[in-house]
Formats: sequence, structure tokens, C-alpha cells
Amino acid sequence: MSQTITIDPVTRLEGHGKITLKTNDQGEVSEAYFTVTQVRGFEKFSQGRPFYEMPGLMARICGICPVSHLLASAKACEAIMSVTIPPTAAKLRSALNMAQTIQSHALSFFYLSSPDLLLGMDADPADRNIFGVVKVDPELGRAGVALRRFGQHIIELLGKKRIHPGWVVPGGVTEPLDSAKRDEILAMIPEAYANIRLALNWYKRIADRFRDEADHFANFPGAFLGMVGEDNGLEFTDGKLRLIDATGKILVDKLEAAQFDDHFGEAVEPYSYMKFPYYKPLGYPDGSYRVGPLARLNIATHAGTPLADIEVKEFKQLANGPVLGSFYFHHARLIDILYGIEFIERIFSDPTILDTHVRATAGVNRLEGSGVAEAPRGTLMHHYKVDENGQMLWANLVIATGQNNNAMNRGVLQTAQRYVKGDKLADGMLNRVEAVIRTFDPCLSCSTHAFGQMPLEIKLVAPDGSTLDTIRRG
Amino acid sequence: MSVATDVKTLVIDGINVSARADQTILEVARENNINIPTLCHLDGLSDVGACRLCLVEVKGSPKLNPSCVLKVEEGMEVTTSSDRLKHYRQTILELPFAERNHVCSVCVANGHCELQSLGQSQGLTHVRMPYRNPQLEVDASHERFVVDHNRCILCTRCVRVCGEVEGAHVWDVMGRGIDSIVITDLCDPWGESSCTRCGKCVQVCPTGALFDKSKVGSPHPKYPEFLTNLQVMREASREGL
Repeated sequence: MSQTITIDPVTRLEGHGKITLKTNDQGEVSEAYFTVTQVRGFEKFSQGRPFYEMPGLMARICGICPVSHLLASAKACEAIMSVTIPPTAAKLRSALNMAQTIQSHALSFFYLSSPDLLLGMDADPADRNIFGVVKVDPELGRAGVALRRFGQHIIELLGKKRIHPGWVVPGGVTEPLDSAKRDEILAMIPEAYANIRLALNWYKRIADRFRDEADHFANFPGAFLGMVGEDNGLEFTDGKLRLIDATGKILVDKLEAAQFDDHFGEAVEPYSYMKFPYYKPLGYPDGSYRVGPLARLNIATHAGTPLADIEVKEFKQLANGPVLGSFYFHHARLIDILYGIEFIERIFSDPTILDTHVRATAGVNRLEGSGVAEAPRGTLMHHYKVDENGQMLWANLVIATGQNNNAMNRGVLQTAQRYVKGDKLADGMLNRVEAVIRTFDPCLSCSTHAFGQMPLEIKLVAPDGSTLDTIRRG
Repeated sequence: MSVATDVKTLVIDGINVSARADQTILEVARENNINIPTLCHLDGLSDVGACRLCLVEVKGSPKLNPSCVLKVEEGMEVTTSSDRLKHYRQTILELPFAERNHVCSVCVANGHCELQSLGQSQGLTHVRMPYRNPQLEVDASHERFVVDHNRCILCTRCVRVCGEVEGAHVWDVMGRGIDSIVITDLCDPWGESSCTRCGKCVQVCPTGALFDKSKVGSPHPKYPEFLTNLQVMREASREGL
């Protein structure tokens, strides 16, 4: 008999969502939906506000990646002002972005996903958390906590606050860096290297245990979007966008934020508040693509820092062409962290970083502006329109998680078809369905602008609509 | 006329004080290091007794009196802090928070706001009235300054400084009661008004209602003490010093 399974709420994610699985008469999963159930409305209530307030306002969308919103927003504002920010400000902002990437990735990998990887997908849910990790492998747990603190502390040193720093403003940053803070940041670097090395070595040792998951966690041909630098290396803040297909062929290159709308559309589905962006020439849903750590490594030819370059080279050996399995988001995330530490070391070793000219000023010189930055979870785009006084008329945000929406839905179906069997739900099956979502590290609060914490429910629904079984957490 | 006839003696919070007959309770209290919280009052401007935060108890009077406009009298016994006053002051502060949209975290005046500081010093932990969440205009038409009515508490400092000190009288109040709003000229956009662009109103505004465009994102402390300096200079020049 066919049925519907609902996982509501999904655990160990940022935000709040649910998963619905439908089975056919043979008990096989035939349909799967990842639903984001809240809406927030930043685009609406920013209307009428002066545009230069936007970075501070939009950063409130998220407590995990406020820096990405600050940067994308500030860059959209700078497009309205038509200014080029001072080079030192650009360097400081890119370092801030990497600090955030490190802390966010540390949260995703160590706090949210390492319990599955260390203890196993079928482990007792009571132990399958960061405390369980610390109990079994204290060194790994400690490295995760320390890497998160490393990123957060740099954000605090630069922006005065770990969460929602107000330091990034249209035109640059409010205050230059002093040498004491620079020295404090540089002093933290050796420990960060040791921690990420420990994590990378550990991941490579255990990755083979998850061969089956790697083959079935959203592993399919599809396009990837991300930012690259001028030398085609990794870039998180000031590069241009590139879209490649599943074979690695470049579909769009050197795309500026202002051209984003020309190439990408946003579809909506009745079951979710999260939008479904797609590449227009291929239409929806064929034009769906993935963003984030995996996409970035697939798109870039190399990292651009010595240690990460070696890791990227090894990563690219995983497949002939782009790595398509979303399980490898975890691996890519660790490489991002390593790259971030090297990048931060390089930025703060540069003596010009103490330059005091860090802000450009201008009024409204254009009535429309777009800004793009790589958030930890992928490409983030802010697009604003203002009146001649600089007051917001319209805003649209294209969020990283939204761009992975279609891939997450496909991944849920693929994973459920592999692991969910019969009419009785077992925790291990459902945990794998959740774990495929976790590989994307979605931030549902950002993508829908949702309230609340992220719990999960799985519901098993019969063809007649009756609910056969439900598991709810949170 | 003897000097003695102009001097009044009174008691504030149990302390015997003396004052000139033309002084207010607030002035005398502050001269004697007795703190009375104020919001619409500002040294250098006339007093209007609008915010009611400086209410004090006077022995023999059942009602509370705003100390900024209450003149001293011989033998008065004044209390500036009590449970009753605390209750009233907290309620008075809750009202502007409930009336408009004060969101400190994204306000340009965060950390430099008199309403915020008073909330802290008066022990305001929450607002008991339902928020009205009105949809109010932001006027960014001025080349240098912005007025955000969402953050205005109608203290009228801007109106007074513009009329009394700058002499331009660009600012005024339109409407009545809950619908009151500060306006420039005859409700024209600020950028098209007869504003002299002196910025005095921005400096005296206790909240983030009036702010400098260039300060968004940076700390935006205000320097209302320019008023007393200006007064001293003007008096000195009048007296030919």
C-alpha cells in the first residue's frame, strides 16, 4: 500500500523545514519534497528605508552568516553609489568573509554533521550530537570548537561583535585595523592549521566507510555556479561568477552581479516558501544548479594558496570532471577552511592592511544596484532599486540555500529511494534522509527568512492522503 | 531691593537647598547634584514640560509636577525619587517605545540614544502596552540629513532649537495627539524647505529620528552641549566682553 512519510522538523540544520516522502503500492518511495515552512519578508519591510541602512538591516537575516549578507548588501549599495572602495577595505572585508566561512563550516562539519560521520548514520540519536563526538573523539571535537572560535574571534576583532558586526558599510569599513589586532590574529594561525589538518586527515580516513551514502546523497549530473578569481582560482568576495555543466563545460563566465537576472530566473513551488532559482536558457527545472563548497571546487581550477592547492588537486581526483556527489560537500568544506586560514594569514601579513583609508563616500548615482558574494553555503546576491533620495523601492535576494533547493529535493528522493523501505520507519533510514540535506548545510532562515529553530518531521502518507506514520523531532 | 528677598529655601530629597526665585526645581536639583531624569529638556532651550519624565512629588500636592517648569517656592518639600515616581517614569518611557518603531539594533543612534540610555537607567525591562507598529515616512530628501519619523518621540527639541537658536523656525508640529508629527515648513520635503542646513536639530535630537547621512554605519554621537557654549558666547558678545 502506498503511503506518505513526513520528517518534521529536520534536525541539525539552520532554520525550520520538513520532508515528505510518498510511497507507491509496492512500498517504494516515489516522490519526495523538502518543504520550508516559514516566510520572513525582509524584501518587503526594507521598502522606504535609506539604502545605506541595508547592510545592517539585511545582516539580521541570519546569525550564522551575517557577514555574507553585509558584503552582498554593501556591494549592492556601492553599485548604487558607483564607487570603488579603498583596496585595504576590500582586503579587510575579504578576510572577514573567510573568517565567517571558517566558523560557519566548522559549525556545519563538526557540530551538525560529524556526529553522523563519526558515530554512524544508525547510531543512537541520543549520542548522535557534538557531545557524543567529544566523548568518542575528544581531539576532533576540540578541533571543531577551536576552529569555530578562530573564525568568530577574527570577526569580533575586526567588527567588534561576533554576530552582526556593523563594521562593513557601503563604501568600505568604518574603522581601520590596528597592529595589535593584526598580531593577535596572526598568533592564532598555527593552531588553526593544526586543527584543520587533524580534521582533514580524519575525514579522509573515514570517508570510505560512507561509499554507499556518497553514491546516493544527491549524486546526479547537474550544473554548478560559483565565484572565481581572475586567475580562475577560489574567490569568495571580489570575483566574477561562472556556471559550468556536469561535464565541466563553462556555460556562463565572468558574470557580474548586475547581469545575474539576465541569466537566472526564480521558480516557485506550492509546497515551499523557498524559491527555486534556475539557469534561464535551460528552463525550470532542467536549469537547476548547485552552489556552495562543492560547486566552488568544481568551478575553480585551483585554490590559490599552497596547502589548499594540494588538497584541491587531490579532491579533483575523485571524479573525471566535476565531482557530482553532494556527500563531498563535507570534504570541500574542510578544504574551504584550509584555504580560508591561508588566505587570512596572507592578508594580515601584508603591511598595507594597516592603511587608514578604508571608506569611500558618495550619494545616489544610480537607481539600481546588485552585489554578490560567496556565502559559506554558496553564491549570495542582493539586488536593490531606490528612488532619487536613496530610499528603497524594491529588493530581491537570491540566497545560496535557495539555489540548492532543487538539488536538495532530488537528493531527498534519491536517498529515500535507496534507504527507506516498507511501511515502517526506522531512525537510521530517516537520519540518512536528513543527512543528505545536511551535506548542503542549508540555512533556511536565510533562504526563506524564517523564524525559529530547525527541527524536522517525516510523514508517511498513503495515496488516499491518510498519514500512516510520522516521526517528529525538535 | 535686598538680595535676601530673591532667595528661597526649600528641601529636595531631605537636603536643605537655597535658590533664586526664578529657578526651577530641576535647575536647583542639578546644582545640588540631585539627578532627575529628563528627555525633552535640554540646557540652552526653553522648557515645555512635554515628556513628563522629570516629574517630582511636592509635599501637600496630590499631583505630580514636571520639575523643568516648576518654579521654586519658599518652604517647598520635594521628593525626586520614590516607587511611585519610578512606576510613572517607566510607564512614560514605555509609551514612546510602544507608539512608534524603535529598533535599537539597526538604528544609527544605537549606543548614543537618550531614549535607550533612559530605558537602561530607569530599569525598563519590557513594554507592557501592545506595540502600535505604525507605518511612518522616512524623508531622505535633504542632501545631508534624514528624518525618520519612526524614531521620533515628539520632544520638540528640533522645533525649539530651530526657532529659538537658529532663528529659522523650519521645524514645527502638525496634527494632534497620537497623529502629531514634526514637519519642515508647511509639511514640505526637508530637502525643499527653507532649512539653513546648520544641523542644530540633528545635534539636539535625542534619538535616531534626525541623523546625518554620512554617519550611517558609524557611531553617531551627538553634541548638544554646543548650545550652552553658544549661549555663553552670545551673552558675552551682548555684554561687549
